[in-house]
Amino acid sequence: MHGEAAGNEAAVTTEDATEGTMARRGPVGGDFAAGVLRILPLLVAVVVYGLLFGTLAAQKGLTPLEVALMSATVFAGASQFVAVEIWTSPPAILLLGATALMVNLRHVLMGAALAPFLQGWSRGQIYGGLFFMADENWAFALQRAAKAPLSPAYYLGLALPLYFGWIACTTLGTIFGGFVQDPARYGLDFAFTAVFLTLLAGLWKGRRSAYPWLASAAVAVAAYLTLPGVWYIALGGLAGALVGACQGPPQASASAREGGHAD
Amino acid sequence: MQIDPLVFAAITAMAVSTYATRIFGYLLVRRQSVGGRLAGALEAVPGAVLTAIIAPMAFATGPAESLAALATVLMALRLPLIVAVAGGCAAVVALRAVIP
Repeated sequence: MHGEAAGNEAAVTTEDATEGTMARRGPVGGDFAAGVLRILPLLVAVVVYGLLFGTLAAQKGLTPLEVALMSATVFAGASQFVAVEIWTSPPAILLLGATALMVNLRHVLMGAALAPFLQGWSRGQIYGGLFFMADENWAFALQRAAKAPLSPAYYLGLALPLYFGWIACTTLGTIFGGFVQDPARYGLDFAFTAVFLTLLAGLWKGRRSAYPWLASAAVAVAAYLTLPGVWYIALGGLAGALVGACQGPPQASASAREGGHAD
Repeated sequence: MQIDPLVFAAITAMAVSTYATRIFGYLLVRRQSVGGRLAGALEAVPGAVLTAIIAPMAFATGPAESLAALATVLMALRLPLIVAVAGGCAAVVALRAVIP
């Protein structure tokens, strides 16, 4: 206990010192740089997933400019992969919007968990900062907030390398992916499934996940075999949500709720 | 190079709904609590949607695809995710060649 408290104090003091030496570059240079350094190793994944996403988007006829626009305005990998998977020409606008909403619903819980740590931020910092909230920088931001106040500069240091890296790599992937002939030869038609399976492996929370996912899989397969179009996605997701509702609230959101009430 | 108006509309729809999910959690805990069945449903939806998307390919396309899906999951539990994706694609190519 004692050692822990001393350690935290030391960390804060070091940070203050860093901020002092960074004064020439502005008072927040130190925090921003610390955030960038923290997120940098994760850029490897952004490069690979970004190039893969661009390649698959090019196969669906999306241009590099369209992919750059999507990455810059949506900035949510899983939902972009899903969108390209169900992409048609011309695109089904409402379906794409609704599907992105469903895939990104986890952001609601993430935002609720982050909310108590944004108290000192201005309105613009909050609504601007939340635009960049992604799985990786959210996790690191919460980690930081457990030890020290979360500054907007640190948060942006986490977020901006991911953001610009994602735009750059998806666009590059689209430029070069347009040259890939016969994607099935390389198993690229299976790449979506493989990406989603690895995302699912990361979301797995034991029995809490098993029942909603089993319900979703059963309903989705039944709908896929009997209904036209991509109704199977919405129906499977709905089945999973109903099972999740029956299971009651998760632990993480309960603690976020308490934090929210405290302010 | 230009952007097709319908593509622009589709991307805008995705961007608006995604931003809504990002600020909604913050707005929700400012005014009232997220609890009970709503929280349970919100937690389950992303995984359920991803499951629904892969279900036809993983369970209703053929034995090669189903086995490759299983291989991908097993690799994802032990290896870096990127390796698991590449391995899954390689597995489906190999299995399709072996299974007629």
